[in-house]
Amino acid sequence: MPLVSSSLNEWGNMNSAAKITVANLSRRTLKDKLFKGLVLFMSLITISPIVLIIYKLVEKGYRQISLDFIIKTPPNTFEAMTALSNGELIPGGIANGITGTLLMVVLASVIAIPVGVITGIYLYENPGKLLANLTRNISDILQGVPSIVLGLIAYMWIVKPITSGFSALAGSVSLSIMMLPMIVRSTEETLKMIPESIKEAAVALGVPYYKVILRVLIPTGFSGLLTGILLGISRILGETAPLMLTALGSSVINLDITKPTSAIPLLIWEFYNDPNMVDLIWSSSLLLMGMVLTLNLVSKRIAARTK
Amino acid sequence: MKEDNVNIKDPVLSIRNLSVAYDKGNYAVKDVSADIKRNAVTAIMGPSGCGKSTMLRAINRMHELYENIETKGSLILNGKDITDMPTIQLRRMAGMVFQRPNPFPTLSIYDNVIAGYKLNGIRLKKKERDEVVERSLRDVTLWDEVKDTLHKKGTFLSGGQQQRLCIARALAFDPEVILLDEPTSALDPVATSKIEDLLVKLKENYSILMVTHNMSQAARISDYSMFMYLGELVEYGKTKDMFTNPKDRRTEEYLTGKFG
Amino acid sequence: MKLGKLPAKQFSQLLKVHQMNSDKITKGVLLLSSFVILFVAGGMIFSLVEGAIPALKSFGLSFIWSNNWNPTEGKENYGALPFIAGTIITSVAALLISLPLSFSVSLFLGEYYRGTRIAKILGPMVDLLAGIPSIVYGLWGFYVLRPLLIDLGLPNQGFGIFTASIILAIMIIPYATSLSNEIITMVPNELKEAAYSLGATRSEVIFNVVVPSARSGIIAGYILSFGRALGETMAVTMLIGNANIVPDGFFSTGNTMASVIANQFGEADGLKLSSLIAIGLLLFLMTGIINAIGKFIIKRMG
Ligand SMILES: Nc1ncnc2c1ncn2[C@@H]1O[C@H](COP(=O)(O)OP(=O)(O)OP(=O)(O)O)[C@@H](O)[C@H]1O
Ligand SMILES: [Mg+2]
Repeated sequence: MPLVSSSLNEWGNMNSAAKITVANLSRRTLKDKLFKGLVLFMSLITISPIVLIIYKLVEKGYRQISLDFIIKTPPNTFEAMTALSNGELIPGGIANGITGTLLMVVLASVIAIPVGVITGIYLYENPGKLLANLTRNISDILQGVPSIVLGLIAYMWIVKPITSGFSALAGSVSLSIMMLPMIVRSTEETLKMIPESIKEAAVALGVPYYKVILRVLIPTGFSGLLTGILLGISRILGETAPLMLTALGSSVINLDITKPTSAIPLLIWEFYNDPNMVDLIWSSSLLLMGMVLTLNLVSKRIAARTK
Repeated sequence: MKEDNVNIKDPVLSIRNLSVAYDKGNYAVKDVSADIKRNAVTAIMGPSGCGKSTMLRAINRMHELYENIETKGSLILNGKDITDMPTIQLRRMAGMVFQRPNPFPTLSIYDNVIAGYKLNGIRLKKKERDEVVERSLRDVTLWDEVKDTLHKKGTFLSGGQQQRLCIARALAFDPEVILLDEPTSALDPVATSKIEDLLVKLKENYSILMVTHNMSQAARISDYSMFMYLGELVEYGKTKDMFTNPKDRRTEEYLTGKFG
Repeated sequence: MKLGKLPAKQFSQLLKVHQMNSDKITKGVLLLSSFVILFVAGGMIFSLVEGAIPALKSFGLSFIWSNNWNPTEGKENYGALPFIAGTIITSVAALLISLPLSFSVSLFLGEYYRGTRIAKILGPMVDLLAGIPSIVYGLWGFYVLRPLLIDLGLPNQGFGIFTASIILAIMIIPYATSLSNEIITMVPNELKEAAYSLGATRSEVIFNVVVPSARSGIIAGYILSFGRALGETMAVTMLIGNANIVPDGFFSTGNTMASVIANQFGEADGLKLSSLIAIGLLLFLMTGIINAIGKFIIKRMG
């Protein structure tokens, strides 16, 4: 007879095979707890960068944020150096970056939104067609093209042949190619959620097709479309690499789309490479993050409100 | 007491003052007590939403998987209090069959039957495994239909076959009691009658507690019946007695089709 | 012609014709705009190939496996191997580092805390990881992570494959989790309950039921996130050390295809520019194939 009586070691009158021993039980319960602990720990690690990054930006950047920061252009290296050696805040701001970013984002949106929405409608209207499937697949693949490659493309399409030099237009084109597939997919997904009956009601009244689109589909799915567009904008807002190849940067405010233009991320890159200006990276990043966060929150709000 | 007419000696399961609330204070099962007869089929009847599934799931302590569900009372299985026993052991002893057949779609028929062993980390020799699979599938009269396709996915079977596979999965573990929640409601009449025959046969070796919506099914195969209404156990007795001579007016109205 | 004087029948016919025309135009516009995407994609391939031709003509296929990147005039030679190797090593490392993290987050959101308030806070935070600009990750990696790694004894001033991979890993997590978390959430409760009813613990249910059922989605998510890693530019450029060599280890410096373009584009023309475009073409093809595989798996799941 074993020392541990079988009644302590097993439960019930199970068949010989189906024994769950104390050892089995405690091992498994422990494993279960450990695994959950691991999942919690890893999840915490995963979100810690976002907290740490935002904390760092605020901690090092908030002092620089002021009205001047938004309405003035950056100082030259010498001015920055003087301020540094006197222990003062670096004067000036990033107005050229803010205006450049706005200019290029608006232009990119003007290019990408109409094409993207109309293409999305086409996909929604012809779900099974060969051409639609092709378009959908290509659009999905476009969505994964690295932004730096889009920079190369805009360089070859705009910088060299059209504006014969770096330009805001080239930057916008690279950003618009980036935005386009996102808008296509979000438009299609949004329209798919509109009940068929709403559309049928309009079609049955004999309303021309374009009116069905303009008066029924787009208004009904408006908040969904808006969410997609805002998310798209928030993604291109921080793009740096393609702009290095296209818009290049400018030390003054420029609103001419055929001329080189700055952008907030381009300025961050410049400050990062200039030891005298490096203090400005935090405040610029803080502002950029603020814009991205705001767009994200607004689009989430809109999405939540319509659900 | 309500269940005066039931005097069950050596019950397989005793339910004592069982209450379950999904939201605080709002009980879906209210203070139910009953002894379940060994080697018999006991049916739980009642109109939709009266708490049948809730009670059955409480016996397997399924409610503990979800937060905010409050369970009170105690359960005694084969003379052992299972109220605070680790759920792993308890669930091994109480097999559960669900309303909709739910074989594991990623597993073969063979692996579905011994899923309980695999999940519990019990290693069997190949020979033992084969034995368990064949015995369980024979028990549910599925063996002849699937013996050549044991390594196909369980989801290729018909609905009725899938449900029998799920019963086999529960039987493979040799449970003390089998809990079934409307096991035939998703099946056609032929598959239903197969399962009914099977349950009658199984009670030789197993104790069966089954929720059913179908009064004639309860009449056909159960030995004891419970009638629940609004979370309460209204009446409990031999099925014959209950159908011929219901004590409570609500039971009578339900059995005669006045509501439910 | 005054419409009011027309007989009703004729009037409605006229309306119909008018409407048919407008419908045709509408359909045409829709069709046309969908061609835009095809043209853009086709044009991209065309331009990249055209731009890459001088380099491919000069170096042939050896462009891909030569590791000699030398812009010195007279001895000019461009081989992409260092960058192809750098890209694949950093991306694989990033994927491996991100695997346990994104898997945990998917389980947190899709299984352990599905639908709870804490998941509603954590989920958007993870999504936000995708919203942080690459250059901000770069700054954080440069000023926060790198000093930490130097203290831990990392060589090369903390620059290199390893540092870049850690930052990349964080950046790609949301791309893996958004899909796998959704698929894990969709695993039917009945299946999980079936496993619980047989006595399984939660982690056993996860490994025996949830993960096998959600397998394709989880894998597709990782593939898509890998595709992201291949093309990330700024953060990598700021952390990898920018050495045009085939990395000889995890802690070695190097360059990726994206980072070499970003780094050297400014002073490039002629054969060098063509070589950078050729690298862009290769990168385009690599990410295209990876994404196509990912999407294919998703499509097959239905
Ligand atoms: N998960 C849940 N959360 C909240 N309330 C629930 C939940 N499940 C059931 N209920 C409620 O508890 C009560 C009993 O439900 P239960 O499913 O036990 O009824 P039932 O008798 O099995 O009904 P049916 O015959 O329709 O299956 C019902 O009022 C139901 O609305
Ligand atoms: Mg029920």
